[in-house]
Parts: sequence; structure tokens; C-alpha cells
Amino acid sequence: MAATETKRDGRYLRRQRTNWTATVLSIGAAGFGLTWLALILLVLVVKGFGGLNLAVFTEMTPPPGGAGGLLNPIVGSLILTVLAVLIGTPLGILAGTYMAEYGRYSKLTSVIRFINDILLSAPSIVVGLFVYEIMVARMGHFSAWAGAVALGILVIPVVVRTTEDMLLLVPNTLREASSALGLPQWLVIRHVAYRAARAGMITGVLLAVARITGETAPLLFTALNNQFFSWDLNAPMSSLPVVIFQFALSPYQDWQQLAWTGALLITVAVLGLSILARVLSSKKVPT
Amino acid sequence: MQEETATIDTLIRDEAQRARILRGFEIGDRTFRLLTQTAAIAVLVILAGVIFSLIYGSMPTWRAFGLGFLTSESWNPVTEKFGALPAIYGTLLTSIIAMLIGVPISLGIAIFLTEICPEKLRRTIGIAIELLAGIPSIIYGIWGLFVFAPFFQTYVQPPLIDIFANIPVLNQLFAGPPYGIGLLTAGLILAIMVLPFITSITREVFDTVPPVLKEAAYGIGCTRWEVMRRVVIPYTRVGIIGGVMLGLGRALGETMAVTFVIGNAHRIVPSIMAPGTTISASIANEFTEAVGELYTSSLVALGLILFFITFIVLAAARLMLMRIEKKAGV
Repeated sequence: MAATETKRDGRYLRRQRTNWTATVLSIGAAGFGLTWLALILLVLVVKGFGGLNLAVFTEMTPPPGGAGGLLNPIVGSLILTVLAVLIGTPLGILAGTYMAEYGRYSKLTSVIRFINDILLSAPSIVVGLFVYEIMVARMGHFSAWAGAVALGILVIPVVVRTTEDMLLLVPNTLREASSALGLPQWLVIRHVAYRAARAGMITGVLLAVARITGETAPLLFTALNNQFFSWDLNAPMSSLPVVIFQFALSPYQDWQQLAWTGALLITVAVLGLSILARVLSSKKVPT
Repeated sequence: MQEETATIDTLIRDEAQRARILRGFEIGDRTFRLLTQTAAIAVLVILAGVIFSLIYGSMPTWRAFGLGFLTSESWNPVTEKFGALPAIYGTLLTSIIAMLIGVPISLGIAIFLTEICPEKLRRTIGIAIELLAGIPSIIYGIWGLFVFAPFFQTYVQPPLIDIFANIPVLNQLFAGPPYGIGLLTAGLILAIMVLPFITSITREVFDTVPPVLKEAAYGIGCTRWEVMRRVVIPYTRVGIIGGVMLGLGRALGETMAVTFVIGNAHRIVPSIMAPGTTISASIANEFTEAVGELYTSSLVALGLILFFITFIVLAAARLMLMRIEKKAGV
């Protein structure tokens, strides 16, 4: 009797111990993840903040050893991002609309959803190669347009996904009510479904912007880089990620400092956008 | 009499107007439908375009080397001899390292967030982990090169080399000198980068487990770990594997973070601490400098191989996740 008792106690203790170990390991894993986040952000702030001054926003990228700022890459990044959003968003929203409204139960929609989800995590450098082949190689030179198209292609899957998801959340009773009043389907979509899903769709665009803001790989051989300030969309254009890449790998101290400052700016922008998107989406879920 | 004609006139006019408006509705509907359908098909066209352009751009390489390109180890721009093997090897090895480290930790975080974490902190910690996914890959790269690699070189690599110095096989894997950068460093950075992706999918599939199942297990006296191990994980296995595959797809295609810390050396050596290269890093490093048709097209061919590998991995991931979604829907 006593022996069985001890045996049972032993097993009980062992199970408790395993449970305890697993708990500690899980907490450790979460701590591990949070530590890296903290470390990365901390280093970024410490290294990037030192170089942050007005010149960063008002002066061009310097030659090695000179003083300067990041004006041309900042403006270049903004131009490329705006163009990419202008290219990718309409296409993404329309495609998402088809999937959620007209072709909700069609075979085509499930195929597109599958392909779109793959494009969502496909390597961005491959998109760069694609745009290089169809634009840069054809035109014979690098251009801001090519960079914008490459980023635009990356915008599409994000917007398609969120648009479809958000439209699917719009209750059918709303659509039925407006159809019953005699509205044709396209006006139902435009005036009722879009309005109900607006916050979510804007969130999707913000997420897409956050995604392309830090993208470097597809720009390397499409928009290339430009040491000078340029508005010309047919010429190479400078962008923050590419300048960070170039400056960080250079042997010059002040270039590396600018790279850290640029890295801080980009991270603040991207994280700010993601948090904004999150706040927007949590506040206004379509009812 | 006059009044009546006027009414009829108005009626006819109204009728005509009505018809016009209705026609307008119909045309509008058709146009809009066509417009959205075209956009939807454009998504497919883009994918087809990517594949075709890569095949087209890599034709010179396939013509010159044939399938030998896949198995050749040389990468010599001067003699124009190119082979993909070192890049494929580096891509797979770094991703495997990333998975070996990243998957258990991601599962741990997901378990922590769904079962252990107090309700109040859950949202905050969840968002913090997801922020890791928001940090652009170039930031991981610059941080990896300037902060992590020197630390790794000074404090981690020498002890590793010493510990394994007398153990066969392992002393080959962990052979010096400590460069700081290299395949292992790239794999470790990738491990951090895939954490948020795998964690968030795993959390989602954990949430699909019917509470009754868990409650039943707790009810017969299971510990938390036993509930996870015997109920939740088996129930969501397909979804977890899907999430892992999704993370793997990310790791395989990750470019900038790897480019910074891999060392860009086209060779295969037994040591995982030596510099190497991956497909994406080769393309990022060399594409703009590549002179000659064969060099460029060989890099495009590498891109095609990468796209092929990631496509299969991601498609498998999707199919698995679709299965668990179906299960949750029933």
C-alpha cells in the first residue's frame, strides 16, 4: 500500500516537474523574443539618434568624408511609395472586390486567393528581377518608374487580402436591404459595402505602405540609386533603404552614421504605420 | 382633356427616363463587374509574368550549362563558369538553422501567449512580438553586421570552436576561424525574423481548438503541459506545420538581412561558421555589377530556382492551413 502511494506520488511529482519546466521554457521563449526586440530598438535609437539633426532633412547625401544629410533619399522614398500605392491600390481593391462581391463562390476566386496568398510571402527580390526583365532591360536604363512598379506589385497582394477580408465581414443584410430598394449591385458595392468596410480597407493600404517602406531588394536593380536630388521619374532615383545598404557597407565613418540615422527613420516610420493601422482596425470593425 | 394628355406625356417621358436610368444601371453594373474581374485576373497574370520573365531571362544559362547548372560548384565570372550549388546549399542551410532554432521558440511563445500569460499582458506582449515582423529586413541586416556579428565573433564562436574541437563531425561543423559573419550568423538572424510569423499562425490555430476539448482534459486532471502536448498540439498539428512552412518560405527568400552577414562566398565548406552565400544574397550583391549576358542570366536563373523552391513551400503551407480552416469551420 505504502509502495503504491510513493509510486503515485513520484509520478505526480514528475508530471508536476515536467509541467513546471515547460512553463518556464515557454516564458523563457517569450522573454527571448522580447529581448531581441528591445535590443534591436535600443541599438537603433542609441546609434541613430546621435546623428539626428536638421541637416539630415535638408541636405543631400554627401561624398565620402563630407557632411550632408538624407534629403534626396527621403524624398525619393516618398515619391516611390506614393507612386507604388497609386499603382497597386486600385488594382488590389478592384481584385478584392471581385473576389468578395461578384465572384464570391466562383472557382476563379479560390484560385486567385491561393495565388495571392503565395505572392504575399514570395521573395521580393524575385519581383525586382521580374521588373528588371520587363522594364529596365527593355528601356535600357534604370528608372524611378521601374522601382515604383516593383513596389506596386508588392502592394497588390496585401490590399487584395485585406479588401476581400473586410468586404466579407460586411453583413449581407445590408446588401439585401439596398438591393431591395432597387440599387444595382455596383452601386450597392460602392455606396454600401465600401462604406461599411472603409476603415478596414484603409488599414490594408497602411499595412501595404509599411511593407514597402523598408523594402530594399526590389529597388536595387530597378530604381537603383542617385547621389543627387531628382524629380525625373525616368532616371534612377535614390531611396532610403538602398542608401542605408550602400552606406552601411562602406568603410567611411560618417556614411555609416548616416546609415544608422536612416535606419532609425525608416523603423520609426514603419512601426508608426503598423501601430496606426492596428489602432484604426481595432476601433472600427465593420458591424 | 388637355390635362389628360399632359399626364400621358409625363408618363411617357417618365417611362423613357426610367428605362434610360435602368439601362445606365445595367451598363454600370456590367462595366464595374468587368473591371473588377480584369483586376482579379491581373493577379494571376502577374504571377505568370514573373515565372515567364524568369524563364526567358535565364535561357542563356540553361542553354550554356543545362541542368549541370544545378549541380556545379564553380562560380567564376572571369571564365564565365557558373553553378548554383553553393547558393542553393547556403539558402537551405541557413533556413534549416533558422527553423531548428525558430520553431521551438515560436511554439514556446505561442503556448505562453495562449495559456500562461495573464489576460492583461496578452495583448501587449502579442503586439510586441508582432512588431518584430514589422522591422524592415535591412534593419536586421545592419544590426546583424555591426552589433550581433562582432559579439558573436568575440563571445560565442571561440567557445564553440573550443568545445567541439575534439569531437569528430562536430569539430568540422564548428571549425574556426571565428569570422563573426557566415552561415550560422545568417541562420540565427533568420531565426529571429521568422519568430513572429510562426508565432502568430500558431496562436491562430491554437485558438481553433474547441474549449470543450481542453476543459475535458483539465477536468480529468491533466497538467497544462499535458493539455498542450496531448490535446492542443495534436489537434492543430497540420496548422502548425503550415505555419512552420510559411516561416520557412520567408526564410528561404529573405534577402537584405542575409546579404549583410553572409559574407558572399560561392563555395561549400563543412564549417557552418564560414562565410557562404544564399541565392537571394548573390542576386542582391552581384546583379548590378554583373557584366555579360551569361553572368546576368545565371543570376536570373538563381532567382528562378528560388522562386520555384519558395512557391512549392508556400503552396504546401497554404494547403495545410486551408485544411485546418476547414476543420475549424465544421
